[in-house]
Amino acid sequence: MDNILRFRDDGASEEPAVTLDSFFDQSNATAVRLEDGEDARQLIPYLDRLAMIEIGFSAFGDGRGYSAARILREHGYTGELRAQGDVLVDQLAFMRRCGFDSFAPEKPINAADAKKALARWEEVYQNAADGRKPIWSKRHE
Amino acid sequence: MYKYDSYDQQMVDTRVEEFRDQVERRIAGKLTEDQFKPLRLMNGLYLQLHAYMLRVAIPYGTLNGKQMRMLAHIARKYDRDYAHFTTRQNIQYNWIKLAETPDLLADLASVEMHAIQTSGNCIRNISSDQYAGAAADEVTDPRPYAELLRQWSSFHPEFSFLPRKFKFAVIASDEDRAAMRLHDIGIQIVRNGDGEIGARFYAGGGMGRTPMIAPLIRDFVPIGELVSYAEAILRVYNRYGRRDNKYKARIKILVHEMGAEEFIKEVEAEFTHLQGQNIDAPAAELERIIAHFEDPAFETGLSDEIDRSDPDFAIWLDQNVHAHKRPGYAIATISLKPVGGIPGDASSAQMDLMADLTEQYSFDECRVTHSQNIVLPHVRKADLYSLWQKLDEAGLASPNLDLISDIIACPGLDYCSLANARSIPVAQKIAKRFADIDRQKELGELKLKISGCINACGHHHAGHIGILGVDRKGTENYQLLLGGSGAEDVSLAKITGPGFTEDGIVDAIETVTDVYVAAREDGERFVDTYRRLGMDPFKEALYG
Ligand code: HEM
Ligand code: SF4
Repeated sequence: MDNILRFRDDGASEEPAVTLDSFFDQSNATAVRLEDGEDARQLIPYLDRLAMIEIGFSAFGDGRGYSAARILREHGYTGELRAQGDVLVDQLAFMRRCGFDSFAPEKPINAADAKKALARWEEVYQNAADGRKPIWSKRHE
Repeated sequence: MYKYDSYDQQMVDTRVEEFRDQVERRIAGKLTEDQFKPLRLMNGLYLQLHAYMLRVAIPYGTLNGKQMRMLAHIARKYDRDYAHFTTRQNIQYNWIKLAETPDLLADLASVEMHAIQTSGNCIRNISSDQYAGAAADEVTDPRPYAELLRQWSSFHPEFSFLPRKFKFAVIASDEDRAAMRLHDIGIQIVRNGDGEIGARFYAGGGMGRTPMIAPLIRDFVPIGELVSYAEAILRVYNRYGRRDNKYKARIKILVHEMGAEEFIKEVEAEFTHLQGQNIDAPAAELERIIAHFEDPAFETGLSDEIDRSDPDFAIWLDQNVHAHKRPGYAIATISLKPVGGIPGDASSAQMDLMADLTEQYSFDECRVTHSQNIVLPHVRKADLYSLWQKLDEAGLASPNLDLISDIIACPGLDYCSLANARSIPVAQKIAKRFADIDRQKELGELKLKISGCINACGHHHAGHIGILGVDRKGTENYQLLLGGSGAEDVSLAKITGPGFTEDGIVDAIETVTDVYVAAREDGERFVDTYRRLGMDPFKEALYG
């Protein structure tokens, strides 16, 4: 667990994440893992009992997980949302914007590099899942 | 035209710093080429046959004089004194050194320019009508909507790792000068029965190896929801677009495989959901942007008279000058297609001159066209003659707009690592064969487009005549296509039959134009005759 970067104040979920298939068989699980191609919408009815959702990135160029994350947040999920797999420092800022608040990169990311990457963009052009005010909103305050 | 505020400036400046940091890490060996590649691609930097190639964005093709002068400066300082204007209204430099790119990008940022998202699997620079704001036939200027989309799509957190690149075009007239329906998303700004402005969406067009014309996805999206509707389409594409095969990854394949009806259903469901998510900027933001595109201070009471006594000027006037919405003004096109030249190339000196002319004659605005020419959108008719004289002195007055020598050509094997064949020398040979301007005018509007491989950067599918370079047993070979169009009469060209050698293709073009001249009826363009007669008479003449 040393490689995990976490941006939450609550304690980490202890429970191992189960696959989507076993989640549906095992109605008491509170942590689940989605693979790139799996449909996040299937989890919508269960969001309030989930403490952790892990989304796997098999390759950094496969961006389906970004949509999955936003969909979960847009439907009110407030638990931990973790990006696992081929997660690189230059992707962290985008992932945060899509609602991820924890990261389990396959290759460890240096904490100082991560901090720098996340601090770089002071402004954003869009509304997304991180609650940041877009430039268009600031312009008309 | 649009002017950055401190927010926009900060975004491009931040990008320059970020890229400087990434280049330093690459040079220090902290990033491997594999890790660096997607980062440099987000900044328009490709590794080509001989060197790095950098593509600079020209949003909706609009530039002012200072920006054009900066493009000249960059060619002079960082490249070999020339650059190439592309079919997506951008500009490419062919001989760039990696270590110098951060400084180059900083120079660009100083004139509100950048190379953001000019490559990579993200939303690319948004193209538009080169006559925007000047044409008599537009509902409104399409560029404020393109600018709104530019800001929304810049550093979009969800759509920076799409299955494949994604291209928008936005127009606002029935005449299509931007090949709108050959884009991933084509938007036509329209007015509905109640006089309200809205967006007509087409999705799933594209060229490449499987060309497709985008079907209509929605007839009218209220303008205040333009961005959330685009977001809905992108989300459906990001989730369901194919990722198993990069040749099947464009949105056109998704729309085709799903069927337009099912695709629309998905988009509408996503749109309904996103309407509650505060995606769209308020009306005040669109108004703020629109104010940047207000008409320049046109003079009134100007004469429409033009002195045609110089016959060379008269030829240029008839061919390269288009009607303007205001009396006393005209739209002038500077051809970057001199006979024997490289289509779309301009030298630093030529760019400097175009910058001066932009300031002097066109309210400090010029445009890049998708057919690789430059437009001065607002020229007083009284100034056309002196403008022409200056262009003529600089070799920029070829009177060939939309004629057979106004060729679109990709860089081909001279620069491109994906090429099968050379494009530039073929374009040059064709232009030479038809150099006589009277002969060109006799052939009338004829859009000839050349790609050096199946990726179709030269739009050969959309050519009245298209040429596709292929590799046949290790030698360059050229297929001939007929009957395409990227305009409002959009259609895809068809292959005539077996290909030709480099000289053979020039002869073949002469053969098909001879068939046209012999068979045409009154007022028919080449493509009209082809559509009336079909392929057979052309095939017969080519292959006997
Ligand atoms: C020399 C470096 C270049 C490379 C490596 C390159 C690569 C490619 C590739 C691989 C595609 C096919 C994408 C697909 O079908 O998914 C493509 C399409 C295209 N490229 Fe390029 N290109 C280059 C230069 C250019 C230039 C100079 C232009 C403009 C003159 C251009 C404009 C386009 C256009 C308009 C398309 C078609 C878009 C579509 O399929 O809808 N490219 N390019
Ligand atoms: S069409 Fe092919 S040869 Fe021409 S620029 Fe594109 S990839 Fe290169």
